[in-house]
Amino acid sequence: MANYSTNEFRSGLKVMLDGDPCSILDNEFVKPGKGQAFNRVRLRNLKTGRVWDRTFKSGETLEGADVVDRTMEYLYTDGEFYYFMEPDTFEQHQADAKAVGDAHIWLKEQDPCEVTLYNGTPLSVAPPNFVELEIVETDPGLKGDTAQGGNKPAKLSTGAVVKVPLFLAEGEVIRVDTRTGEYQGRASKS
Amino acid sequence: MSDWQPGAGLAQLRARAKLLSTIRSFFAQREVLEVETPLLCSSGITDPSIEPLIVASGASLPGAERYLQTSPEYAMKRLLAAGSGSIYQLTRAFRDGEAGSRHNPEFSMLEWYRTDFDHHALMEEVADLVGECLGRRGWQKFSYRELFQRSLNIDPHTASVDELERIARSGHDLGTLSGNRDFWLDVLMTHEVEPWLATQGLCFVYDYPASQAALAKIVEVDGVSVGQRFELYVDGVELANGYHELRNAEEQRARFEADNQRRRASGQPARPIDQRLLAALEAGLPHCSGVALGLDRLLMLVSGESDIRRVLAFDWSRS
Repeated sequence: MANYSTNEFRSGLKVMLDGDPCSILDNEFVKPGKGQAFNRVRLRNLKTGRVWDRTFKSGETLEGADVVDRTMEYLYTDGEFYYFMEPDTFEQHQADAKAVGDAHIWLKEQDPCEVTLYNGTPLSVAPPNFVELEIVETDPGLKGDTAQGGNKPAKLSTGAVVKVPLFLAEGEVIRVDTRTGEYQGRASKS
Repeated sequence: MSDWQPGAGLAQLRARAKLLSTIRSFFAQREVLEVETPLLCSSGITDPSIEPLIVASGASLPGAERYLQTSPEYAMKRLLAAGSGSIYQLTRAFRDGEAGSRHNPEFSMLEWYRTDFDHHALMEEVADLVGECLGRRGWQKFSYRELFQRSLNIDPHTASVDELERIARSGHDLGTLSGNRDFWLDVLMTHEVEPWLATQGLCFVYDYPASQAALAKIVEVDGVSVGQRFELYVDGVELANGYHELRNAEEQRARFEADNQRRRASGQPARPIDQRLLAALEAGLPHCSGVALGLDRLLMLVSGESDIRRVLAFDWSRS
């Protein structure tokens, strides 16, 4: 991979640091009037998710990381691995539970997911920002209580539990924001 | 292409025009002469922490590249030695590799020299000018020593290099960084002291360690050698750097050569020494102090912008 100097560090650039692939989030150039210039760089370790700041001397270089983000279709899980397919080549990738992490509660077959590959292997998986899932378990709906007031837990087909308004019933399909886990509304058509 | 458009709004363009006119009338009232000197110079700067942009080809450049000035200092000192009296210049300066929310590789600089001023007298005048531009504000003054004592409770002149490194590493992930005393002082300055200064309003820092004197006179104060250099910080933004100017040609030559040795030691190219500046110092530079002030940063403060790209019509990426 190419080497990148601190003045090429941009948000989104993937580099190797201390043996791990990292994504650059922010890069601040600082200089004390006269004297040594530094870059204070915020990074995310793509293996552990840890976000932290590291200071470099301006002009230092880091090796690029072989990390690419691909939109892939989620196929299924065999209980141990999760399988994704590249829509153009039909190439399949298996991701382990560590790579899928918390995303597993949002994975619905055929949904497009962002899969981050590191040296060709899935490193992390991000579900679509919005998913439509069926309610499989919740307390009975309260008719007529559509305007306001409370909510109740509902278990969805993927195992996720979200808070929904009281009027919703089992079998209905709802739209959820996966970034916040919040109920957005009934699915547009179901 | 959408980046044909300016990064600064019309309000910023107007604020810049007004700022320039305020500065010109400030100096007109004080009878300081406005001058212009070349942007393309045959000698570069030796300071290892400043890299110039170089113009390498052209029919007017037979056999020798020229350097876009990193500041108009050397040329202005030649004018002073030729008897100009107090002078100021509004100009562009260029520094390679300096880009960020407070840096653009091409930037506007206000530089001025006052004959018969020491650095303390010049600090007063800088405060007056900044007051004209930003509205009158109180200001404080700390020696470099006091500054480190107040913000970090250490004496920057006597603390060991190990202690400086230990304090720097205690609050920050500094990876494999390594360096000498000045290096660790610079880490502490940028990572600890400047954030503290951001809470202190308008602040001058003066009497830097002799090793950071640059082109300032070096004197003994309280048992340590200090450079009579100052910096102005406004709400944590480093705005100006000034010197009680070194006038001794031999000492200036020795500092340039020491700079070049440090450049070679760290694998940087040595720079030709400005022999015309040294000749001017030999002929006699009047007793004076000088200061360079970042005009774009002053405009950021005037207009409340936190990113230099929003006060430049076209920043580096759009130019």
